[in-house]
Amino acid sequence: MKFSESWLREWVNPSISREELSHQITMAGLEVDGIEGVAGEFSGVVVGEVVECGQHPDADKLRVTKINVGEDELIDIVCGASNCRLGIKVAVAMVGAVLPGDFKIKKAKLRGEPSFGMLCSYGELGIDVESDGILELPVDAPIGADLRDYLSLNDAVIDVDLTANRADCLGMAGLAREVGVLNRQSVTEPSWEAVTPTIDDAIKIDLQAPASCARYLGRVVKNVNVKAESPLWMQEKLRRSGIRSIDPIVDITNYVLIEFGQPMHAFDLAQLAGDIQVRMGTGSEKLTLLDGNEITVPADTLVISDQKQPLALAGVFGGEFSGVNTDTQDIMLECAFFAPLAILGKARRLGLHTDSSHRFERGVDPELQHKVMDRATRLVLDICGGEAGPVVEAKSEEHLPKPVEIVLRRSKLDRILGHHISDAEVTEILERLGFAVTVNADTWEVTTATYRFDMAIEEDLIEEVARIYGYNNIPNTAPVASLSMPDHKESDISLKRVRSMLVARGFQEAVTYSFVDPKLQNLVHPGEEAMTLPNPISVEMSAMRLSMFTGLLGAVGYNQSRQQNRVRLFETGLRFVPDNTAESNVRQQAMLGAVISGNQNDEHWSMESKTVDFFDLKGDLEAIIGLTVSDVEFTFRSATHPALHPGQCAEILRNDRVIGIIGAVHPSLEKPFGLNGKTIVFELELDALLHAGLPLAQTVSKFPANRRDIAIVVDDNVSAGDVVKMIRKVGQNQLVGLNLFDVYQGKGVEPGKKSLAIALTLQDNTRTLEEKEIAEMVDSVVSALKSEFNALLRD
Amino acid sequence: MSQLTEIVEQALAAIEGTEDLKTLDELRVDYLGKKGKITDMMKMMGKLSPAEKPAFGQAVNQAKQAVQKQLSERIDNLKAKELEAQLVAESIDVSLPGRRIDNGGLHPVTRTIERIETFFGELGFSVKEGPEIEDDFHNFDALNISEHHPARADHDTFYFNPKVMLRTQTSGVQIRTMENEKPPLRIISPGRVYRNDYDQTHTPMFHQVEGLLVAENVNFAELKGILHDFLRNFFEEDLEVRFRPSYFPFTEPSAEVDVMGKNGKWLEVLGCGMVHPNVLRSVGIDPEKYSGFAFGMGVERLSMLRYGVNDLRSFFENDLRFLKQFK
Repeated sequence: MKFSESWLREWVNPSISREELSHQITMAGLEVDGIEGVAGEFSGVVVGEVVECGQHPDADKLRVTKINVGEDELIDIVCGASNCRLGIKVAVAMVGAVLPGDFKIKKAKLRGEPSFGMLCSYGELGIDVESDGILELPVDAPIGADLRDYLSLNDAVIDVDLTANRADCLGMAGLAREVGVLNRQSVTEPSWEAVTPTIDDAIKIDLQAPASCARYLGRVVKNVNVKAESPLWMQEKLRRSGIRSIDPIVDITNYVLIEFGQPMHAFDLAQLAGDIQVRMGTGSEKLTLLDGNEITVPADTLVISDQKQPLALAGVFGGEFSGVNTDTQDIMLECAFFAPLAILGKARRLGLHTDSSHRFERGVDPELQHKVMDRATRLVLDICGGEAGPVVEAKSEEHLPKPVEIVLRRSKLDRILGHHISDAEVTEILERLGFAVTVNADTWEVTTATYRFDMAIEEDLIEEVARIYGYNNIPNTAPVASLSMPDHKESDISLKRVRSMLVARGFQEAVTYSFVDPKLQNLVHPGEEAMTLPNPISVEMSAMRLSMFTGLLGAVGYNQSRQQNRVRLFETGLRFVPDNTAESNVRQQAMLGAVISGNQNDEHWSMESKTVDFFDLKGDLEAIIGLTVSDVEFTFRSATHPALHPGQCAEILRNDRVIGIIGAVHPSLEKPFGLNGKTIVFELELDALLHAGLPLAQTVSKFPANRRDIAIVVDDNVSAGDVVKMIRKVGQNQLVGLNLFDVYQGKGVEPGKKSLAIALTLQDNTRTLEEKEIAEMVDSVVSALKSEFNALLRD
Repeated sequence: MSQLTEIVEQALAAIEGTEDLKTLDELRVDYLGKKGKITDMMKMMGKLSPAEKPAFGQAVNQAKQAVQKQLSERIDNLKAKELEAQLVAESIDVSLPGRRIDNGGLHPVTRTIERIETFFGELGFSVKEGPEIEDDFHNFDALNISEHHPARADHDTFYFNPKVMLRTQTSGVQIRTMENEKPPLRIISPGRVYRNDYDQTHTPMFHQVEGLLVAENVNFAELKGILHDFLRNFFEEDLEVRFRPSYFPFTEPSAEVDVMGKNGKWLEVLGCGMVHPNVLRSVGIDPEKYSGFAFGMGVERLSMLRYGVNDLRSFFENDLRFLKQFK
């Protein structure tokens, strides 16, 4: 909410500077978002009157004027504004004046005519008012007065970011009350002459929905001049509250809205058919709102209607045809209390948010309506003339919110704050807030005020006491807690450990959006359904990811198009797989994904420059698997995946359950993702990875180990993994080392076959193996391989 | 005898003048070998009288030793020179880069979260995580944000349907934890959160760390104390800190915490407060017996202040030139 500092100071004027005031209310929970001057920096501008205004002899668009600024001599000024005319009061920048932007006014000649100053527009003075031509002041503006004083332009607009609970501060009255509380000062309300009805005209009010509207005031005012101009002081106060002047009736309702925080509405009396009804919509009625949009009024929405049709969405927006227009002569003013629950959510559902709905849904003081009706009527009579009828009130006493009674216990106050505030201070704070307080030995019985909708429970009072006392006056202490050791499992591998291993292996961690482009995701997971956001930021960010791949491949493309060719990235996070058996119908699974592309190493003077392939990333993955101390539980099995190269893709299994997939990205995906050549990815379920076996120490054998190398030739399609598994099975305990150290195809090996060279290390724990035993073991390995894989020893 | 002296002098001169091991070995054979000149002298012993023999024998032995010693020294000397020459030849440019795997790095968001986890972990807070697609109970209702609460509108929520949404805060994890565990509770929950907002200062996804402590007699002064300690540790500086009253439906009293920036302006870094009794009640904890505090912080915001990052969006572009600055 924006408000004018000088308007506030009309209500309550503590002797503190603007900055101190701003700090003070910020620290009371009304956060000041900004402070802005209401005009630019200028000096030397006074009120003058145009006493002569003639055509410039040599320029069609210029006028030659004489201006009375209250000095002995009139001032010659040449002016180009089309609204410059005899008799108007103007803002005169005298010779020597300095306007915003350090623009100095000097003597000049314009097309031969002398000019000793300038008639100013709002814009030239840095005042944010839309207008053509020069600024026109009211006829009673005192000639010679300094413009800054006359328009009180040394004022500032203070913008407070009010939290949803502080509806009471959505008007000057509430802000002033708060500032009064903080400074221990009383608040002076504006005074006006109460209105005495001069006519008997009245509209009956039929309150059909008392729970939603517990008080409705209507008043007829006849023979109103809606073409009158709002006084400058009102226009300026509205402007400084961020509201443009429209017509006097709208201006007056806006004015009391800002002044007291009470929304009002004015109807064109001529358009009303019979009594006013305050009732729920029927569900089928149409209403064209003041913004020209037609809506169907929902059945659970409160409307103000006459005997024929709805006139307004209560507390939200007026209707077009019943609104005040330039032909309006008689009006009916509405000033009501609509219950927050009746307004909450209704405006938003219709895509509306108005100053009125904003206040009613947060809570308007139910005791305010008579005062504000009188205030507004007085302003109408003063500005537009007319005759006022009596105030017609319809109310439901039982539905009017009552002040809340809350007991504040000393014990609870101290327990929550951890600090003792003296009895006297607590009592004083509560009373300053306008609450009625009965002090008992260990409690305060507090009756809160009707304007504080946020007061309901003891904690609300505790917060009020702490807030006014000052949060920063409460000491900082160290929490006291009982020490209990949480459970720790050595078999849990921390994600931190996995991350730091990947970092040590040259991976950079990425964080990609959880929502991806459905078109790209569809290339990676064709035919798989993903959760889709109905209202995304953009279509490209609308599908929840089914894997890490879409985001990671996007990041590779992003970098490669920026000359970062060698990419090693990993990411951890959730994937979102639709699943009717899961909570919220979605399986949210923590995954680890990684991608590599470009060269194995940065170019190096002494290392080979080679593009990455499947086994580079598999090596990284195996290093992670190594953390589990249970490598043997993991296997890789040839597989297919729509995003991956059919010949270079493997499922990752742990204990025969598939927990992830690794492979080279399918060449057809390179273009859509902007990939520059070979790219390898993997993804696996973190939960399946992050538990380790406990190391079980074996006695180190004292006897020598024996290495025997064998080279076998097998069909190309025989998996090396199966060969190794078989050797392990045959070798059992005496086989302590097994290393596949060469794979060869080419000269000397038949096409369609491959040669595998394997080193076997044999050792026994209890004795030195004899040559014969070793030979037997190697033979049994070879014969097993022969029968299982048709393997032949290579010469 | 003079012949022997002459031979020795000859030998010593020859050894001294030799520059390679092979020639030295030839000299050894020439003088000390089976048919060597000095060995030959020994053979002359037979012709001498018994009285002359001992002196002569001794003289020849001394000659032999002198030559032997000279030979050895010369060999050592030449070997040393040879090694030296070899080492000179083997010298390398030590300034050339080694064969290494360049370190990667953690994302600054993770780095910040890990620091925060460490600070609170040492106080006995355990890390809890929860789902990112949340239901309205955990994201709103249990946090005292009823269906029409104005605060719901402030959240710019990404809904899938009125009951299911991307979580707007990690506070739902508090609720899930309190549903399953009983006080005393000390948890922090880091993670991704989502708001439908995208501009210079907002990204539709960002990270929060939320903290919760529930026990008997937990109070606001302690909340202030722990957050002061946290901020001092996080920035490793005694920044000026202020607690400003604010409003969150799930805490009361509520506060926002500002730190004084280098530019002399206050910067909001945290929201916090005492857990609202309705929240405790919604998970079956008696607010008359237990109290608690909760706090929440924006990880990107803290990372930006800590590491001088200017553009929030750079956290999610995954540009290696940005990421590689975080080693």
